Amino acid sequence: MLTLRLYMAQRLTALIMAPLTIGHLAVMIYAVQGGLSVAEILARTQGSLAWFLFYGSFVLAVSVHAAIGIRVILYEWLGVKGVMLAGLSWSLCALLLGLGGRAVWAVTFAGAGA
Amino acid sequence: MSGSDQFLDVSIWREQDGDGHFQQFAVPRRDNQTILDVVAWVQQQCDPTLSYRFACRVGMCGSCAMMVNGAPRWTCRTHVQKVAEDNHLQIAPLRNLPVIKDLAVDMDPFFDKWVAADAVFEPSQTRHDPMAPIDPQDPMRVAASEAIECINCAVCYAACDVVAANPDYLGPAALNRSWSLLNDSRDAGQAERLKAVSAEGGCHNCHAQQSCARYCPNELNPTVSISGLKRATAKSVFSWGK
Repeated sequence: MLTLRLYMAQRLTALIMAPLTIGHLAVMIYAVQGGLSVAEILARTQGSLAWFLFYGSFVLAVSVHAAIGIRVILYEWLGVKGVMLAGLSWSLCALLLGLGGRAVWAVTFAGAGA
Repeated sequence: MSGSDQFLDVSIWREQDGDGHFQQFAVPRRDNQTILDVVAWVQQQCDPTLSYRFACRVGMCGSCAMMVNGAPRWTCRTHVQKVAEDNHLQIAPLRNLPVIKDLAVDMDPFFDKWVAADAVFEPSQTRHDPMAPIDPQDPMRVAASEAIECINCAVCYAACDVVAANPDYLGPAALNRSWSLLNDSRDAGQAERLKAVSAEGGCHNCHAQQSCARYCPNELNPTVSISGLKRATAKSVFSWGK
């Protein structure tokens, strides 16, 4: 059950995710090719506002995009409607945001002062 | 033809007051026989209480559509030889619409959605104005022309899995009509139309599975029309305040 608002939110987040995914893959290949260790990777990400914004915006886009997609499946396949549908969609969004945000924080600023 | 090939094994859905089942009939096979011929033979020779709907018999009125071996077809123009499987035909009422009796469905929900999609011409001029010049080569007119041969048969509506999963979805036919009107330079109701097709059951629910295009007897492609509506509504988001 998509309205224009949800449709646009899903398309715009897809637009954000596409270059970030390519960037992530490129960095992964670079890191593997160069033989960077975990410590070396963390040394580059810790305290970096750029990496925080890069992965932070990806997590934000994924949370919105996936929640809207799952919302459609919940409605069309399982018949979930109304408050329950909104509640489950927002919960999934919050879950993905929480888990993803925690991971991004961990590799950027969590241990920066240590 | 062998002896068994001279008769078709026909299962026809019988339903009254919500209680339905398939009933078997042996129908003589003829050359160039259509599905509507088969249904008419059963009604005239076996059971006059069989209810079904038809009018023109030449593929213009859009009233005789039914499910034939699981697929929606315009029965007056569907030849038995093209759809019979091992001499068997299963004929049922159109999917996604409530049954009135036997093979006749209630078309109200289908046409209610045409109104909900604002798929109604809103004139911008009166009969006293000069006739509006329309260039057939104009891109908008070309887009409209590609969508206007709909006969309202509801085959696309019955074929659509999104309608089956989401009863509020306006469906391919209504949205296709909205698209043809959106490209009509004489129409004055475009802002309301974009709002109507952007609501909860609107064009954005289409998954582009293209069953509508596959089964449309007039070979229209409502999926293309719905994609056009998606683009038009998305553009309207960025033109706020203009």
